[in-house]
Amino acid sequence: MREMWRAALVIARRDFTAVVLSRTFILFLLGPLLPILIGMVFAGFTDKISSTDLRPVVGIAMPASEAVRLERAYDRLTERMGDQALVRVRRVPMTPAPRVQLARVDSAVVAILSGTVARPVLTGKAEDLDKLQGDLSLIASAAQAENTLRMVQVQREEVATSNGAQAQGRLQIGRVAQIVMFFLTILLAGMILSNLVEEKTNKIIEILAAAVPIDAIFLGKLMAMLAMSFVGIAFWGGTAFAIFLALGGNGAAVPVPAVGWPVFLALAVIYFAMAYTLLGSLFLGIGAQAATVREVQTLNMPVTMGQMMIFFFASYAIDHMGKAPEIAAAIFPFSSPFTMIARAAQDDALWPHLLAIVWQALFVGLIIRVGVLLFRRHVMQSGGRWWKQLFRPSTG
Amino acid sequence: MNGDTPGLAPAPAYALEGHGLVKTFGSFRAVDGVDIAVPAGTIYGVLGPNGAGKTTLLRTLLGIIDPDEGRRSLLGAEQPLRMARQVGYLPEERGLYPSMKAYEAIAFMGALRGLPLRQGRGRAREMLEGHGMGAAINKPIRQLSKGMAQTVQLFGTIIHEPRLIVLDEPFSGLDAINQEKLERLIREQAQRGVTVLFSTHVIAHAERLCERVAIVAGGRIRFEGTVDDARAQLRSQVRLRTRASDGAWRAALPGDAIQEEGAWHFALPDGGIEPLLRALLDGDAGIESLSIERPGLHDAFVAIAGAAAAQQMRDDAEREALV
Repeated sequence: MREMWRAALVIARRDFTAVVLSRTFILFLLGPLLPILIGMVFAGFTDKISSTDLRPVVGIAMPASEAVRLERAYDRLTERMGDQALVRVRRVPMTPAPRVQLARVDSAVVAILSGTVARPVLTGKAEDLDKLQGDLSLIASAAQAENTLRMVQVQREEVATSNGAQAQGRLQIGRVAQIVMFFLTILLAGMILSNLVEEKTNKIIEILAAAVPIDAIFLGKLMAMLAMSFVGIAFWGGTAFAIFLALGGNGAAVPVPAVGWPVFLALAVIYFAMAYTLLGSLFLGIGAQAATVREVQTLNMPVTMGQMMIFFFASYAIDHMGKAPEIAAAIFPFSSPFTMIARAAQDDALWPHLLAIVWQALFVGLIIRVGVLLFRRHVMQSGGRWWKQLFRPSTG
Repeated sequence: MNGDTPGLAPAPAYALEGHGLVKTFGSFRAVDGVDIAVPAGTIYGVLGPNGAGKTTLLRTLLGIIDPDEGRRSLLGAEQPLRMARQVGYLPEERGLYPSMKAYEAIAFMGALRGLPLRQGRGRAREMLEGHGMGAAINKPIRQLSKGMAQTVQLFGTIIHEPRLIVLDEPFSGLDAINQEKLERLIREQAQRGVTVLFSTHVIAHAERLCERVAIVAGGRIRFEGTVDDARAQLRSQVRLRTRASDGAWRAALPGDAIQEEGAWHFALPDGGIEPLLRALLDGDAGIESLSIERPGLHDAFVAIAGAAAAQQMRDDAEREALV
């Protein structure tokens, strides 16, 4: 076993330096930052895009006095409910008929409210009417009530803590952690698919296989790619933190996860490593079967879809803490790290994490072993029934 | 690295052994019941025509692939990778990382076999400088010529000072000068007590270097022994040219004698050349030239491998007829 780890380290060191010292690694590091940098450069442009209001606009085709009543009611309601709560309204001519106006090519409204405040008529497509008539009924009712509608003042009573708010905050942390972990995994683990192609095309695999167990080759490659990922994450994380500080971000406003920030961050690192090695060992095993880069490229799509499904499963489980879906997602090895990091945000018990990490590590070992045996069987054309050799020592 | 491995067992009499080895790919038996024993400290050649099963046999013995049947032992260990630190292997299909510098590639191959990287880098520089390749030390492999890259790989094979070196078709792709250098290197290693096993289909190298050879054809070992033993498989060939074309002396020629381009060719008779010589002199044959040629390893190889191939074809035909 010691010899296998030694050999794995030799392979890992070679792969790590080959990747990190290459010129393309700079592009790899800068790649995820490009959208942010471009966003900062074109800040004004993106602000404009983000402020573009996509709410539907309803035309008001009423006599001026009626239209004014509606607009006043609209302003009173948005004052209480916020800008984005209601549909937008705009005055349009009373003639021609709404039906004719809507049929025009240059029509800028989705529906037209005509008639009077007391008897409004909404003209538009059925599905639009379904969506709009509630809002317009509310505005018309407020306009009808006019000064008789009295807004009730809600009394405020502030508290320092709220378990409900804390639970919501922790849920949000869990979700964010899941999403970040998922994106990092999808960005980084996919690269492992093509990891053995170089050795196969350059015939180096023969030299490696004669000198060290294939388990060590797989393990070394995973270690190298994981180390490379940590370099990337440290760089991106450091940059993000620097931007956060530069923008005067206030860390005190962020809710605290159930296990506390230090343990949560440590668990995040461990779970990322587990998610990465679980998927990575699977990808390495699959990619090792591919003979060419073209085959690896073909495998990319189903592999990405598989990752998405795992993420959706873990994402669904987060709302069902302690229930069957969450337990199933925690047990299923590939979704386990994503589920458990969300659990760390919401529950302070530490023992399930210990159990989960051991369970996930076991599966990493098992997947590597199966991948190795399939590689020996199908690529090296060696060995008999692979499952019979699953637990034999890997010493050739 | 000799003797560096803790708890190393005493050196076995045979560096490599295989008993009843069988390896099939689908329905094709690449290695078909091979028994082989390579004495420690010798230069041993595995000879055979292309596709004879030499590479599969070496890969099986080294533990790169597992046999379907049979046992193997490498430096006394039944699990070959346990002895990986004591073995150097140059595969037939050469492979190096193209972006690696020459000295790094050599040190990396040593590190795979347990040699510390720092030590390996130092040794690699010395080796390259010692062989007039100082300028290539820091060059990436992709910038080296094919011959230089092969030399780098060869150095990577021996940098950790193994007890057993296995070279698969080491001379292929090398020019005459580099072939000569490689032969010298093999002899130097053997003088240090290292067992060298190599495969080739170019018999001249084996004839010059090997103490023992195995001739492989159709996945089976058709001959195993010393080079002299192989030669002894064939009788010496007599070539006789006479002035007289006919006479009583012709009765003394062996029955299998054939005449080609005015000369008689036949295998040296069991009773030696003297009775024939006497008959030629008594019968006034007028001897123009008489030569007795001892067969070379090449002749033995062609005869043994050719007979095996013919036998194989007969076996295949019989099998097909049965089917």
